[in-house]
Amino acid sequence: MTVSGVSRDFPKPHPSIRGGAFYLWFRRRSTIAVMMCFPLLALITCLVAYPFAYSIYLSMLNKAETAFVGFGNFLFLFKRETFWLVVQQSILFALVAVIFKALIGFIAAHAVNTIPSKGQRKWRGMMLVPWVIPPALSTLGWWWLFEPTYSAFNWLLEEFAVPAVPWLSDVFWARFSVILVNVWVGAPFFLIMYLAALKSIPEELYEAASIDGASAWQKLVHVTLPMMRNIIAITILFSIIVTFANFDIVRVLTQGGPRNSTHLFSTYAFRVGIESGDIPLGAAVSLFMFPALAILAFVILRNVRQRTVSI
Amino acid sequence: MADVSLTKLHKSFDRTEAVCGIDLEIADNEFVVLVGPSGCGKSTTLRMIAGLEEITKGDIRIGGELVNDVPPKDRDIAMVFQNYALYPHMTVFQNMSFGLRLRKYPKKEIQRRVEDAAEVLGISELLQRRPKQLSGGQRQRVAMGRAIVRNPRVFLFDEPLSNLDAKLRQQMRIEIKRVHQHLNTTTVYVTHDQVEAMTLADRVVVMNNGLIEQVGTPGELYHQPRTHFVAGFIGSPAMNFLDCKLERNSGNLEVKLGDMLTLQVPADRGSRYEPYVGRGLVFGIRPEHVHEKRAGEDAFAEVMVNFIEPLGMETMVYFTINGVELCGRVSPEADPRPGQTISLTIDIGKMHLIESETNLVL
Ligand SMILES: Nc1ncnc2c1ncn2[C@@H]1O[C@H](COP(=O)(O)OP(=O)(O)O)[C@@H](O)[C@H]1O
Ligand SMILES: [Mg+2]
Repeated sequence: MTVSGVSRDFPKPHPSIRGGAFYLWFRRRSTIAVMMCFPLLALITCLVAYPFAYSIYLSMLNKAETAFVGFGNFLFLFKRETFWLVVQQSILFALVAVIFKALIGFIAAHAVNTIPSKGQRKWRGMMLVPWVIPPALSTLGWWWLFEPTYSAFNWLLEEFAVPAVPWLSDVFWARFSVILVNVWVGAPFFLIMYLAALKSIPEELYEAASIDGASAWQKLVHVTLPMMRNIIAITILFSIIVTFANFDIVRVLTQGGPRNSTHLFSTYAFRVGIESGDIPLGAAVSLFMFPALAILAFVILRNVRQRTVSI
Repeated sequence: MADVSLTKLHKSFDRTEAVCGIDLEIADNEFVVLVGPSGCGKSTTLRMIAGLEEITKGDIRIGGELVNDVPPKDRDIAMVFQNYALYPHMTVFQNMSFGLRLRKYPKKEIQRRVEDAAEVLGISELLQRRPKQLSGGQRQRVAMGRAIVRNPRVFLFDEPLSNLDAKLRQQMRIEIKRVHQHLNTTTVYVTHDQVEAMTLADRVVVMNNGLIEQVGTPGELYHQPRTHFVAGFIGSPAMNFLDCKLERNSGNLEVKLGDMLTLQVPADRGSRYEPYVGRGLVFGIRPEHVHEKRAGEDAFAEVMVNFIEPLGMETMVYFTINGVELCGRVSPEADPRPGQTISLTIDIGKMHLIESETNLVL
């Protein structure tokens, strides 16, 4: 019996084939699976693993990149007040911005969901606009509104005889403005995710709840929120990561000022690494985000998985 | 416990009129089934009783009280949905007790009621499970349990069994009947399945195109259908219909089916049919009243069998007369074969005549 090289069936062990061992190994499902993943693995290696490893390496060099200093850069950062300021600001910025984005997205999703489906597309489209404009551009527009010489906001305030607000030069207002713009850009993402989640909750559950005697508020608490818990957890996790690592808004609006009071990890890393020319120290700053976000991701995703199993 | 009364009930959606004026009195403790083809407005009617759908025109009274503008939670009704509508994030116990918890019943009372209902439905072991861990039949029981614990004035069911397989459906049918006999709560039950309707109902309401065709006990609907639609809808396989003419022949009335076939109208129907002589009519006869010719009977027709459906205790035969495919029921001993010619007899006493213009059974 001759055996052709191409078999229609999944290969079965057949000791009589010459060179069969390699051929069989090659045709095994698991081998094929790994090989089909190869392009993706290569991509991840080039775009994620290599830069990551390289930045770890960089963070352990001295400023001139001539000598290995171990954790020297990190120890140096720990002693810098500005660094701890940046840590606090990043956390404050991420938490406040994400809470408001999620809240506004949630409320807007409910509002859009009550619009009859015919008119809904239009509103959905309009509300997505802040999210689809490149943030660097839209932030420039916001800067125009805040900027002291031409500030449209201040002009409006003065019309109502309210004193002008130093939007970008006062510590509180600068932080406020940065968060405001971030919320404006990011809320539509929550809107879309929550709208999709809302639409996927069967109408019958609300009808059953009506008959069971639930008020609108009780339906929200006992039906909507539990049904959306996973999507809420995942969007918040995702958004915290993205917000934590935000760069363009702060960069365009305040460059981290006044007096470093709006710096985030990435803008501070840019300031230290690129503008001040200490690339290893900049790498050390940016690496600081990693463990915090990794732990956060781990906790939330584990929570989601447990709930998915139980529901 | 309460009676339910619908008066001139209308419901229109944007363009379509789903319910076009329904009058119905449902007595206390009664089990009423709304049956009709898909899209005839059964669910809409039920949902108006539940308060889930606004009433366009007309009145609904529960226990004598006008409830048109009363929200569902204050109507003291419970509903079982086709897709169960169990809360996926709650356990069976939480699902069943949700309504009681919202109404702030004491914990002990809740516990007692849920356990009692679970006992009745045989789901006591499942109380800590979530809906996802249950089979279709078990979910259906939980949905019923959720309705029972509230001890409402009226139960509403919207096609509760149509997601179950045939065997389970029959089991649950018996279950529902048992629960009704046990609790005696006024029940309105919607289904498109006439077998379900006939087996469950004290009274069946046949609906078509947003209107009630006939209300009656299962027996009345079967033996005395009032319209062409009811005659064709109730009974399975459906009643045979043939265009016919009514003629007078030397004092007796005869039904002429085409040129070939003539049937003698039973004498007791003579006066009833007399006014319709010469008019276009439809002759109706149920398959179970068409059978093989036995000794001493007159043959109604010699027909060629198109195909057969052996059901064990009987065999359905399909044949063509005047270009219309008809169905008859013969005993398995007659052993009909496709292609064979057999003699059939009709229980002429069971015939119906329908006036084509009005679709009314005469
Ligand atoms: N929410 C709705 N919007 C528009 N038309 C509807 C709506 N619900 C039902 N209808 C229409 O009303 C008619 C009756 O529907 P329904 O009561 O659900 O029928 P069924 O007897 O199958 O339960 C159908 O023609 C259906 O298309
Ligand atoms: Mg329906």
